[in-house]
Amino acid sequence: MDGNEATTEQALPPEPGPAWRRVLLARHPKRPHSLDYIERIFTNFQEIHGDRAFGDDAAIVAGMARFEDAPIVVVAEQKGRDTKQRMYRNFGMPKPEGYRKALRAMQLAAKFGRPIVTLLDTPGAYPGIDAEERGQAEAIARNLREMARLSVPVIAVCIGEGGSGGALALGVGNVVLMLENAVYSVISPESCASIIYRDSGKAESAAASLRLTAEDLLQLGLIDHIVPEPVGGAQEDPALAAENLRLHLRRHLSELASMNGPELISHRYEKFRKMGDCFV
Amino acid sequence: MSWFRRDIPDREKLPRPENGERKVKTEGLWQKCDKCRQIIWKKELETNWNICPKCTNHFRIDAPTRLRLLLDGGEFQEFDHGLVSSDPLAFVDSKPYTERLKAAQAETGLCDAVIAAEGNIDGLPVEICVHDPRFIGGSLGAVVGEKIARAIERCLATRKPLVIVSASGGARMQEGAVSLMQMAKISSALMRLDEARLPYISILTDPTTGGVTASYAMLGDLNIAEPGALIGFAGPRVIEQTIRQKLPEGFQRSEFLLQHGMLDAVVPRLEMKAFVSQALRFLAA
Repeated sequence: MDGNEATTEQALPPEPGPAWRRVLLARHPKRPHSLDYIERIFTNFQEIHGDRAFGDDAAIVAGMARFEDAPIVVVAEQKGRDTKQRMYRNFGMPKPEGYRKALRAMQLAAKFGRPIVTLLDTPGAYPGIDAEERGQAEAIARNLREMARLSVPVIAVCIGEGGSGGALALGVGNVVLMLENAVYSVISPESCASIIYRDSGKAESAAASLRLTAEDLLQLGLIDHIVPEPVGGAQEDPALAAENLRLHLRRHLSELASMNGPELISHRYEKFRKMGDCFV
Repeated sequence: MSWFRRDIPDREKLPRPENGERKVKTEGLWQKCDKCRQIIWKKELETNWNICPKCTNHFRIDAPTRLRLLLDGGEFQEFDHGLVSSDPLAFVDSKPYTERLKAAQAETGLCDAVIAAEGNIDGLPVEICVHDPRFIGGSLGAVVGEKIARAIERCLATRKPLVIVSASGGARMQEGAVSLMQMAKISSALMRLDEARLPYISILTDPTTGGVTASYAMLGDLNIAEPGALIGFAGPRVIEQTIRQKLPEGFQRSEFLLQHGMLDAVVPRLEMKAFVSQALRFLAA
């Protein structure tokens, strides 16, 4: 009898916890990626390439576009859908040249007074020999400092996986949004589990401990708003998911439009300066 | 009379050490050098600022020792000593984060992983923040973020140069996204320091990885490292797992970074103060 009960339990795995369910949705193979949103939300998208120093990183997509006729620069982390595309996009893990391309595009926007929208969706910055050799850490660090200096409105949207510093390198915005089922974390649940439990299989409980859902980040005061997704997740109705995001972008862009350069810089600074007010 | 007597009649009468402990201790007197594999007398290591007297391998040093090494007369005025993390995530792993904090506080006498202070380097007043690698790996959390941000604001208010000595595994996992955002917070503050044209010297020591390297440690007007320090974004184990091959010897060490153009100089511990002093005099005058 005992044996039978055990097999029934194995056949029906327990319902994933709320945090882990979000992680699975954020990584869902059908979840819309950056280009899916770009083609639905923006028009006249002209992609620009290269960091002018080493190469062009396909894990980062940058370009000029129109948002409801207004000029705007989009910088986004891009994952692939099938195996070939995934390899081409390096599984959405940017290398230093990708972050440098992103910065170049953002500084171009600042120079010509165009607002910036960034889309965050990466498991993390690429951890590899070549990335280290070319200064992965320096590239991310520089983006953080230089994004703080941009004299135009910046809206950062975490649309899927906000993988630590690799996502934050595009994340220093006047407004930071998260899609309902996106996650944003300092470390992946798997790596966290392998550190604290010495077992990457316990990622589910690590996900719960890390407080990485949109609600968690809103509660911790680290993001401004949550963009609702269609029932069941963005993959169920990408058009509706994009429409929700468009409405949020419209509202925040028009709010930020009234500020001048120095106001935008100090607005962004004050916002991040207050983060992590968790000490006694 | 035999040469040796098996029984010592007075042995029982010898004074017993209190609480049954042996008086003579040999444990902890010696240490093996990781690099030259030689055995070093610990006292000799300590009087030599934790540098191996045989091969000049730089062992890690704690924050108070570092301050004594860098500042005139070892004198400094500490700021925000009592800031303690409020455990924003209520994080629990093998033990609760609050207990981990208490254990680290008891071990180090510090409240968190950074000492923020004001002192003089060859008579030049500076703001200095020093990571202590003993405190949860010197990791960056809300308290470290706030202490460094405040130090930068003091620099801006008094027009003093900034020195940060990093020794940290990166962002503190137990504070989740809160610790992640400290990277942006400190880097934004460094933008202001940059705009104000105040010098910032980043000293990278063993180990400087993860979110600390990917924010303020790499943003110095000068980035200077101690010899042989592990410096990188991803940890070597993570990279090995990703690429599934052994990493080359010396990968992610100071000399490797110097060769790849990521550092201004690699400076031995005992020459660091003179190097920083000369550079600051050039930049700050």
